[in-house]
Amino acid sequence: MSHDDFEPTIIAFVCNWCTYTAADLAGTSRLIYPINVRLIRVMCTGMVDPKYVIKAFLEGADAVLVSGCHPGDCHYINGNFKARRRVKLLKEILPQFGFEPERLKLTWIGASDGLEFAHIVNELVSAVKDLGPTEVRKTMVL
Amino acid sequence: MSQGFKIEVKEGGAECALRDFLEKILNLDEIRAVLTPLRLPYQGAVMPVLVSHGDRLGAAEPLSPAYPLSGARILSRLTRQEAGGRVAAVLRPCEIRAFVELVKLKQASLDNLILIGADCAGAFSNDVYKRAAAEDADGDLARRFRQAAYAGEELPAGYETAPACRVCGHITPDGADVLIGLFGVDADREIWLEARTEVGKALLEGMDLPEGEEPKARSGVIKDRVGKNRERRDEMFHKTREATGGLEKLASYLASCVNCLNCRVACPVCYCRECVFGTDVFEHEPRQYMNWADRKGAVKMPADTVFYHLTRMAHMAASCVGCGQCSNACPNDIPVMDLFCTVAHGVQEGFEYEPGRDVEEPPPLAVFREDEFAEVVGR
Repeated sequence: MSHDDFEPTIIAFVCNWCTYTAADLAGTSRLIYPINVRLIRVMCTGMVDPKYVIKAFLEGADAVLVSGCHPGDCHYINGNFKARRRVKLLKEILPQFGFEPERLKLTWIGASDGLEFAHIVNELVSAVKDLGPTEVRKTMVL
Repeated sequence: MSQGFKIEVKEGGAECALRDFLEKILNLDEIRAVLTPLRLPYQGAVMPVLVSHGDRLGAAEPLSPAYPLSGARILSRLTRQEAGGRVAAVLRPCEIRAFVELVKLKQASLDNLILIGADCAGAFSNDVYKRAAAEDADGDLARRFRQAAYAGEELPAGYETAPACRVCGHITPDGADVLIGLFGVDADREIWLEARTEVGKALLEGMDLPEGEEPKARSGVIKDRVGKNRERRDEMFHKTREATGGLEKLASYLASCVNCLNCRVACPVCYCRECVFGTDVFEHEPRQYMNWADRKGAVKMPADTVFYHLTRMAHMAASCVGCGQCSNACPNDIPVMDLFCTVAHGVQEGFEYEPGRDVEEPPPLAVFREDEFAEVVGR
């Protein structure tokens, strides 16, 4: 599959208060960002269980984005800090099994950062296109 | 805090002396019961047994090479609520460390408990123990094992200690109140005891024991053994990373897994009260399997094998003490201990966490700091 043919699928867990609102703003501002990203709105990144991320990868996601409020801005005070520890945990585990660390991304995108959201999705899609499709697509995953 | 005592061993050997020691503990007013590995009258099986009458301690085998399950889980059942009396429990170093993790997770308590741990020369896996026990005509297996294993002798082929024990870096009972020192001594003549906490000191002082110095050879023996185990451990890490470094390889490593979840049941630190893999969440509707088969062309049944193992790693990796009970419990002999230990090592280094080190040290996924791990946040 050539670089140009490959359209990655990216699962994004975005928090209701910041990154989802930013994605909304990107839309209402008519910013164009790649269609590869599938948004899953969660109330807080602190509720993103590591197994959601694992499941997404095992179902063939080429990348997973977890994105919430900037430190100090969490609607639930500290959910984003908990998310950071969980992403740290996953980044210790998943690369051992061939998932490149670049496929899992954690970002903070504030509600007014529609531009930033579009930018990050662009960047991620381009990075994942360079990496190529996930091994899961080729494996009989079990 | 540390104070040394000793037990003079008479005929009957270390096994007899330690039984007497446990009986003396049980006879103390403040002790209601002793939890110790004890040989059952059936097939030579050794299990943790809660003993409240001294005459039942005759079959106690605190140094038995049997390790049928983790005593940490057993002791958590005894301490999760007030039991109505103080218990002295004899555990292996890895069981103590797992128990400390359970205390942190509020599934066990150190109240009303005295932890007694011996220097550990390792244990047999269940299949080796069963074979050895069946061949043990004179009932002297524990003594023969002890004499060979603590002296550092090569154990006969087919009767080596379990893979987890051969790579263990924690062969002394760090979190114990009372340490039974067996490295660097001739345990058929003398056993060294150390009170490592105030509780342990109060216990031993109340027993009218002679004072004793740490055997001079002990620390050297420990260093030597840990060094050798570390070498084997690093080799195991390397081999396991090679064997699982890719999804295809991981699937191959786990190929004979039948989703029995035994490794979860045997794991002392797999802490969920109800495992999600045993709930309706994974009781998929038949249609779901059809959908998966349609989408992927085929779906292995039972499904979710790799998902289960990766999720389990995310749960237990930080607290894994490397006891090896997962491998012991696997019906298809998948070397799951090697895999879980290798992953756990990376996670524990990443969080600078050592399970069982200190009961005041919170598990890494239970806390956070505002200023940390900037490197995992992309922009």
